[in-house]
Amino acid sequence: MSILINRDTKVICQGITGSVGEFHTKGCLEYGTKMVGGVTPGKGGQTVQGLPVFDTVNEAVAQTGADATMIFVPPPFAADAILESIAARIPVIIAVTEGIPVLDMVRVYRAAKEAGVVLVGPNCPGVITAEECKIGIMPGYIHQKGKVGIMSRSGTLTYEAVWQTSSLGLGQTTCVGLGGDPIVGTSFIDVLQMFQDDDETEAIMMIGEIGGTAEEEAAAYVKENITKPVAAFIAGKTAPPGKRMGHAGAIISGGKGTAAEKMTALEAAGIEVAQSPGDLGTAMKRAIDAA
Amino acid sequence: MKIHEYQGKQLFSRFGVNVLENRVARTGDEAAKAYEELGGSIAVVKAQIHAGGRGKGTFIENADQRGVQLVKSAEEARAAAVHMIGNHLVTIQTGPEGKQVNQVIVEAGCDIDRELYLGIVLDRECKLPVLMCSQEGGVEIEKVAHETPEKIFKERFDPAQGIESYQVRTLCKQLGITGKSVFAADKFFKKLCRMYLDTDCSLLEINPLVVTKDGQLVALDSKINFDSNALYRHKDILEMRDLSEEEESEVRAADAGLSYVKLEGNIGCLVNGAGLAMSTMDIIKLHGGQPANFLDVGGGANTEQVTEAFRIILSDKNVKAVLVNIFGGIMKCSTIAEAVVAAAKTVGFEVPLVVRLEGTEVEEGRRILEDSDVSLITATDLTDAAEKVVATLA
Repeated sequence: MSILINRDTKVICQGITGSVGEFHTKGCLEYGTKMVGGVTPGKGGQTVQGLPVFDTVNEAVAQTGADATMIFVPPPFAADAILESIAARIPVIIAVTEGIPVLDMVRVYRAAKEAGVVLVGPNCPGVITAEECKIGIMPGYIHQKGKVGIMSRSGTLTYEAVWQTSSLGLGQTTCVGLGGDPIVGTSFIDVLQMFQDDDETEAIMMIGEIGGTAEEEAAAYVKENITKPVAAFIAGKTAPPGKRMGHAGAIISGGKGTAAEKMTALEAAGIEVAQSPGDLGTAMKRAIDAA
Repeated sequence: MKIHEYQGKQLFSRFGVNVLENRVARTGDEAAKAYEELGGSIAVVKAQIHAGGRGKGTFIENADQRGVQLVKSAEEARAAAVHMIGNHLVTIQTGPEGKQVNQVIVEAGCDIDRELYLGIVLDRECKLPVLMCSQEGGVEIEKVAHETPEKIFKERFDPAQGIESYQVRTLCKQLGITGKSVFAADKFFKKLCRMYLDTDCSLLEINPLVVTKDGQLVALDSKINFDSNALYRHKDILEMRDLSEEEESEVRAADAGLSYVKLEGNIGCLVNGAGLAMSTMDIIKLHGGQPANFLDVGGGANTEQVTEAFRIILSDKNVKAVLVNIFGGIMKCSTIAEAVVAAAKTVGFEVPLVVRLEGTEVEEGRRILEDSDVSLITATDLTDAAEKVVATLA
C-alpha cells in the first residue's frame, strides 16, 4: 500500500504541449508512471511523447480512464484548468503551477471540497510513491522504497528530506508536496490521517515553514490521532518578520507563525523536531528508535 | 506590492469609499497652495512612505518633526512639508536608516466622533476573506490582537457575494455604531469588500476609520498591499508601484525573475527553492555565520539569470563568502555549474565560494566544475556546506 497514487494510477497532464509540461511528462514516463494522455484546449488530436492530446478533460477521462491529473497550465489559466478537472471528478488533482492569484484559489478550494476530490498544491513539486508512480517535478532517483511518509510545504526541502532518509536506508512510502501558497488544497492534517491509515507507512516526516498556523494545527492533530512516530522541521528560523521569502505563504505577520512558536507546538505534541535542516534524516531515525 | 496612502485613497474614491479632500505636494509651495485650496481652518500634512507608525516617527535631519502634523495656516503647511520632503523618516517599521520622504499629502480636517480600526485580509484557516474591526482605532492593532483578541470582531465573507448586510449590522452592534451610521456603514463596508476582491488586495487596512460628528464613516488612512501573483490583471495598479520605496537589489532580482531579500550578514546564498533557501540561512546561523541574503533562483532559471544572481549577491559589499546550495528538481545542476563558470569569468569571485550540488544532472554539474579552473570548495551535504563556508571566515 501507499497513499494517493500507486503503480496502477493512470495520469494525464494538463498543459502537456507546453515545454515544461512536456519535459516533466517525459520525466514521469521514465520513472515508470502510467501516463495516459494530456489536455491542451485547441490542440486535441496532437501527440506528445507518444501520448494523445485532448481538447477537454472530460474527453481525456472518457478515452483514457485517467484517475489522476498533473497540472502545468500557466497561472492566468490555471484556476480554470483545476476547476475543469474538479468538474470531471478526477479523484486526485496535482497542481504544480506557481503564481496563481490567491482569490482564484479561494474559489477553487471550495469547489474541490464540495466535489470531494483531492487537490494537492498549487505551487508544489507533486506527489511520488517511491519506485511506483511519480506525478510532478521531483528528481526520481533520490527516492527509495521504504517506510517513511513525507509531507512538506516546500519543494527542494522535500528533496533534502528524501535524500537524507534514503541515505540512512529508511526509504519512503509516499512523499506529498503540499505547496507553498496561502491556500492549498491538501493540508498536513489530511495527509497525516492518510499516513496513519496506510499499513506500509511506519513513520511520518513533516517539513513546515514560517507563516500561517498549519503546523500548529497539525501538532494538535498528531497529539490526538496519530500513533506512528513523527519527526518535523520548520524552515525560516532566521527570516526577518514582514518579509516575503519567496513563497507567498512564508511571511511572518504580527508575531504570528514564527518558527519558534511552531517548534514549541510540535515538541509539545511529542514530535521529534530537527533543529538543523542537515538533521532531517537523523531526527526521523531518532523518532523511530524511540517508538 | 505596496502603494502609498494617497494612492490608496484614490482607489477608495474610485470605489465610492469616503475619504477627506486631499492634495499631494512635492514642495513647500505646493503644500501651502494645497492648504489654501482646501479652504478650511485646519489641515493635516502627512509624509508618504511605505511604512506605518508615521505619526510617532521622527526625522533623522530634524528630530522635532513628526511624520504627521496638524497645521492651521498655509505657512505652517509649507514649513511642515519643507521639514519632511527630502528628509528621512524613521518609524518602528523602517529600521534606523529611515525612508526618504518624496511627497506629502495635505488633507482637510474633520469633526471626529470616534476612531475605529478596519482591516480585510485572507483568513488562511477558513480559506475565506475576513473583515476585522475594532473599537481600538488609531493604535497598533497587532498589540490589540495579541493582548485583547476579544476586542477584535470578525466576519468572513464569500467572494462570490461579498459581505452581507446582516454581517455589517452584527459588526455595527459590536462596534457600538447606531442610528443612521448603520446605513452609512452598510454602504462603506460593502464597497471596501468589493474593492478588496476586484483589485486582488492581500491586505486592506484603515486605521483609523472615523465616525464623524454628523454620523458619516470616513477613511482617514489607507494601507493596501496587493497579491503580486494577480498584478498581471491590474495594469492600472502596477503603474502605482514606487520603485524608490524598494531595495534596489531586490528590484533588480525581481526583473531577472529571482526572489531576493537583502539581509545584514556576510555570507551570500544562492539556492533553488524558497524552503531550502530559508533552511540554508538557518543552517548558516546555526553554525555561527550570518546570511547576507535570501535568494531563490527558482526552477526555470537559465544560465544568464543565475549569473545575474551572482552579480546581485556580489554587489553587496558585506559579502565575504558565497554558499551555493542546489538540490536540482526542475533546476538542473549543470545549469548552475555553467553559471558558476560564467560568473567566474564575467563577474569574478574575490571571495571564497562553497558549492553543494545534488539532484537533477548532478554528475554533469560536478564534471563541469571539475573541468573548469574556477577555484571553489565543494561540499557533500548541507551541514558540510555550512561548516565549510563559516570556516572560510574564521
